[in-house]
Amino acid sequence: MNPTIGVIVFPGSNCEQDALEAVTSLGANSRLLWHDSSDLGDVDGVIIPGGFAHGDYLRPGAIARFSPAMESVITFAQSGRPVLGICNGFQILTEAGLLPGALQKNRGLKFLCKPVKLNVRTTNSVLTSQTTKDDSLTIPINHFEGNYTCSDETLKELHDEDRILLTYENNPNGSIGDIAGICNDQRNVVGLMPHPERACHPLLGSIDGQPLLHSFIESSSS
Amino acid sequence: MNESVHRSLGLTDDEFQKIIEILGREPNHLELAMYSVMWSEHCSYKSSRIHLKRLPTEGKHVLVGPGENAGVIDVGDDIAIAIRIESHNHPSYIEPYQGAATGVGGIIRDIFTMGARPIAIMDPLRFGPIDDARSRWVAEGVVSGISGYGNSVGVPNIGGETVFDETYIGNPLVNVLCLGILPKDRLVLGQASGVGNLAVLLGATTGRDGIGGVSVLASAGFGDDEEDAEKRPSVQVGDPFEEKRLIECCLELLDAGLVVGIQDLGGAGLSCAASETASRGGVGMDFDATAVPQRETGMEPFEIMTSESQERMLAIVNPENLENVLLISEKWEIRSSVVGKVTEGGQLRIMDGLDGPVLGEVPAISLHEDAPLYNRPMEPPEDLSARKEDTPEGNLLESNDVTEDLLSLMQSQEWITSQYDSQLFLNTVAGPGSNAAVLRLKHPITGNDTGRGLAVTTDGNHRWCAVDPKIGTAMTIAESMLNLACVGAEPRALVNCLNFGNPENPNVMWQLSEAVDGMAEACSQFNIPVVGGNVSLYNESQGNNIDPTPIVGLIGVIDNLDTPPPGVSWNKGDRLMVIGPPAKGLSGSAWAFARSKRNGQLEQIDYELHARLCQTVRMLVNQGLVTAIHDISSGGLAVAVAEMAVQSGVGCSLARVPDIEAMFSESPSRVVIAVDPEQMQSVEEVIQNQGIPSARIGLAHGDTFTIKGLIDIGLSKILEQWEDSLPQVFESGTTQG
Repeated sequence: MNPTIGVIVFPGSNCEQDALEAVTSLGANSRLLWHDSSDLGDVDGVIIPGGFAHGDYLRPGAIARFSPAMESVITFAQSGRPVLGICNGFQILTEAGLLPGALQKNRGLKFLCKPVKLNVRTTNSVLTSQTTKDDSLTIPINHFEGNYTCSDETLKELHDEDRILLTYENNPNGSIGDIAGICNDQRNVVGLMPHPERACHPLLGSIDGQPLLHSFIESSSS
Repeated sequence: MNESVHRSLGLTDDEFQKIIEILGREPNHLELAMYSVMWSEHCSYKSSRIHLKRLPTEGKHVLVGPGENAGVIDVGDDIAIAIRIESHNHPSYIEPYQGAATGVGGIIRDIFTMGARPIAIMDPLRFGPIDDARSRWVAEGVVSGISGYGNSVGVPNIGGETVFDETYIGNPLVNVLCLGILPKDRLVLGQASGVGNLAVLLGATTGRDGIGGVSVLASAGFGDDEEDAEKRPSVQVGDPFEEKRLIECCLELLDAGLVVGIQDLGGAGLSCAASETASRGGVGMDFDATAVPQRETGMEPFEIMTSESQERMLAIVNPENLENVLLISEKWEIRSSVVGKVTEGGQLRIMDGLDGPVLGEVPAISLHEDAPLYNRPMEPPEDLSARKEDTPEGNLLESNDVTEDLLSLMQSQEWITSQYDSQLFLNTVAGPGSNAAVLRLKHPITGNDTGRGLAVTTDGNHRWCAVDPKIGTAMTIAESMLNLACVGAEPRALVNCLNFGNPENPNVMWQLSEAVDGMAEACSQFNIPVVGGNVSLYNESQGNNIDPTPIVGLIGVIDNLDTPPPGVSWNKGDRLMVIGPPAKGLSGSAWAFARSKRNGQLEQIDYELHARLCQTVRMLVNQGLVTAIHDISSGGLAVAVAEMAVQSGVGCSLARVPDIEAMFSESPSRVVIAVDPEQMQSVEEVIQNQGIPSARIGLAHGDTFTIKGLIDIGLSKILEQWEDSLPQVFESGTTQG
């Protein structure tokens, strides 16, 4: 049976329909979940989509983490089920403490929307299981605060535990260690700044997002 | 009342007399303030209306023409598209970030007012020369404002174009186009009806920002810096998060069928929204100024009624539905307040409490339809015939350094466009930098892909219009058509933003009238209806008027979008051809203007040939016969081919481009194609069958760019200039002073 993916919508989210369209096109069932409810229903995986939850006011993700839905997402994640944060979703996951580190303003202090090349560093995660290590994927970025940073200690941990999933071939934003995406120590919570949902249709220039979302859907069904 | 009050609000003595005639008495301060904003040039089009009537506005796909919040066209599959273009020129010079940001916010509201979900923005921008630090300050602020607001509010910015030129040094142009999509049967008009229905104000609180934005700011030119700085409080401040929730809230209200009519609050604020909804519906309105949620204390009724605070909408609601309206507003954290009631008769009464005293009372319709209409004096420039004789080719066909000439015209705009989200909603098949933007057409409710596409382009060329406003405008429209043809699209409708100088100057009025004539002629010849427009006058600074800059937005439909249309990138081994008549003349070209040769005469467009060329191009594109294609416009053939080369990463050798005229002429109806040798025969057959002239000009190969006898340069050199010129100059800093 096809898994059901829930996509959380905050006021100010704007990529929720795109995430829905992409996972549906890859065979999953999907539904939107309003941030104000702690009931995630019967979903098998959760996506926190891109956008500007609560206007990114104060700091991206800083207000969204307090929504009732996020408490449930934390419980959901702790039970080992898959959670994916894309762009603003990644920022929210770091603010909620589900992923380490933080996303600061891009080096160059400009918003950047463009396709970038990513390298797969490990296939051991709910986002990369269907890819091949060292694959080069072309996927768009679209952010102002995508410059990943963390303490030296965390960086070492991420390296040692093989938790860096994707790195930039040509670092566009100054992220430490060229990091584009990471996972938690259970490997079921993943966050990345690039937008795989924007690279799933042949008319949009790249279909390299498909194996990533396929991985996530596959992990949600098991 | 002190007579000078009306003058300080921008009304003339005659206009003041007319108000007295309408009311049968002197207006009080509140009433006068309302007339002053509604009768401003920006709101009433009092200098341009008489000319705009000449534009063709009807066509079989037109659902709503000019005069509403946006034009609406039928694009098939029960889908309609709302389209509008606006200017935010003056605020953006005073306060670039907020001026541009609120321009985006304003036009998005115009679109969802029609019941449409905004799906794309495009920004045609014009700034002073790039080597001027103040112009860079304006440009950087404007681009950040568009980026900051547009990305956050969640509407992709899919194109537009930016030009830096001396003519805009004291008066930049910040135009913005927005597209929205709606099921054809959900079209909403901004009108009130049903006596007893309620007017509900949705969205942000009302503050003192933007008071007199349309009159003091948008309807006067710029003078000295100190005075200009004092106009800063007339610029509104935007909040994209509020707007995002307002979009979702209003679309949910419309989906649920809970509102009778809805109107955005833009220029002239509540005065405009209350009087327009009432007069369109043939009713009156009692409006309680004190019920308007206020951002600060002590606001006077005239401030409440003319404030241009952003992110507000006025909905007309049947009292039975009020509770549900308030519930949906609450879900989206949108403030909502009942501020008025629809009444019989046509009076707009501003009250202190709906049962309280009347603070002001005017016939609602008088704020619009009785607005003054001027047929201002027009005169061509005295030296017009001498200017026509003074052609660039008449006295200058030599260049010291053709390579340098070419390089100076090469500039990628990626530094600007990469700051915009161009991909949201998964529709963007061709984005910024393409011949035209291309979007997948999905049904707005079901999300079903129709397999067809929309194509949109914005174009404008002040150089052509400075030489000849009539032909220049017609050429602009021809260029737009060709841009659409390059992505395989048939044009459906046009919107325009007419940016001109001071209408009280007869030469400027002549330019405006000529431009409208050129637009009317081209649109009639090409059978393209004009479904909306905006006029921005008083684009002047220190007494200098900008070059006439009509900007057009053209939307078309692609019937089969199975594969992306060809871009500008060719493959090694492709044959290069020009389709269309030979290049003729350098008047109005970027090359001539760079040499201060601003005079001469433009080539008349052969409308029949141009339509046939566009048809031919569409056939080639839709049959998949070309690898790459690019229209020839600003910068001429040389720039078109060089842009293709740098974006392909493959060089080329050209022959049969004998001289500077052939390289840099911008004469109309020409396009460059790159063709795989195996397709060459089919391509030439199509072209010959259509009876279009064409010429083989060269071959794509290698890593140099050569034009026999004129240029031989490494491709990397052009690429460097192309990629680095904009970022480098912005890195050198900006200054506000």
